[in-house]
Amino acid sequence: MLHEYQVVGRKLPSEKDANPRLFRMRLFAPNPVIAKSRFWYFLKKVNKVKKMSGEIVNVSEIFEKKNQVKTYGIWLRYDSRSGTHNMYKEYRQLSRTDAVTNCYQDMAARHRVRFGSVQIIRVAEVKSADVRRPYVKQLIQNDLSFPIPHRITVKESKKNNSTFVAKRPSTF
Amino acid sequence: MVEFKKIVEVGRVVMITYGPDAGKLAVIVDIIDHARALIDGPTTNVARQAMSFKRLNITSMKVANLPRGASSPVVAKRVVDQKVVENFANTSFAKKLAARQARATLNDFDRFKLMIAKKQRRNIINREFAKLKKQN
Repeated sequence: MLHEYQVVGRKLPSEKDANPRLFRMRLFAPNPVIAKSRFWYFLKKVNKVKKMSGEIVNVSEIFEKKNQVKTYGIWLRYDSRSGTHNMYKEYRQLSRTDAVTNCYQDMAARHRVRFGSVQIIRVAEVKSADVRRPYVKQLIQNDLSFPIPHRITVKESKKNNSTFVAKRPSTF
Repeated sequence: MVEFKKIVEVGRVVMITYGPDAGKLAVIVDIIDHARALIDGPTTNVARQAMSFKRLNITSMKVANLPRGASSPVVAKRVVDQKVVENFANTSFAKKLAARQARATLNDFDRFKLMIAKKQRRNIINREFAKLKKQN
């Protein structure tokens, strides 16, 4: 499960520059340590600041209420075995972190891409009118309803499950 | 083709079958995807959460006039106004659950009493059956 962090950092103050510019980044990472590491990874790509000559000013987690289902659009860039690709994907989830976690799982499943080679560019809520992907489109219909014809009943807890049973399960 | 009566839709009353909330009733507030729904049970002590259909038992009851993504107070009001929890007790599914529960809590003496009662019932039925047999 990923968390969303806000990381603020800057170059160390020197004689030349007593008040260095602050850089703020919103990142998705499993913990603050990895968030800081990703912060330096991205920052040194765009600015002449690196970990050795810089400092982290603040790391704070961004929390979100999870009480409404939303469609999230995720713009990302990833390195495959043969090149770099840009991508836009849509996910239906309760929060930004859920959507990004789902996205990483999805990228790992479909393209065998690991966490380190995916760069999330932007995460935004998408209005239902702007949804592009057919898989999501069919889920945002107004009177959505469907049966669940093939069911396997589960026990209240895993410890109540028996390994061997006398009867075959009935699925309807 | 068989027409399905228990379908997944907004307002559908579900029973949770797994985890700490097992056995509690809740309402589908929104459908997330083919496998999960957002459920809420403000009057039955179920927190608003996403849950897989694998852990939900879909009942024959539905809360009418529930907009998609309705907030907890709205859900609570509809559930109370339409007496969902009270009406659920009258469904055959609820009765079956209650019977199963009652049978599970019987002690040895209760089971003995049940055996006697069954014997008596069997006696009455057999006697009447023999009478009818003689008539023909």
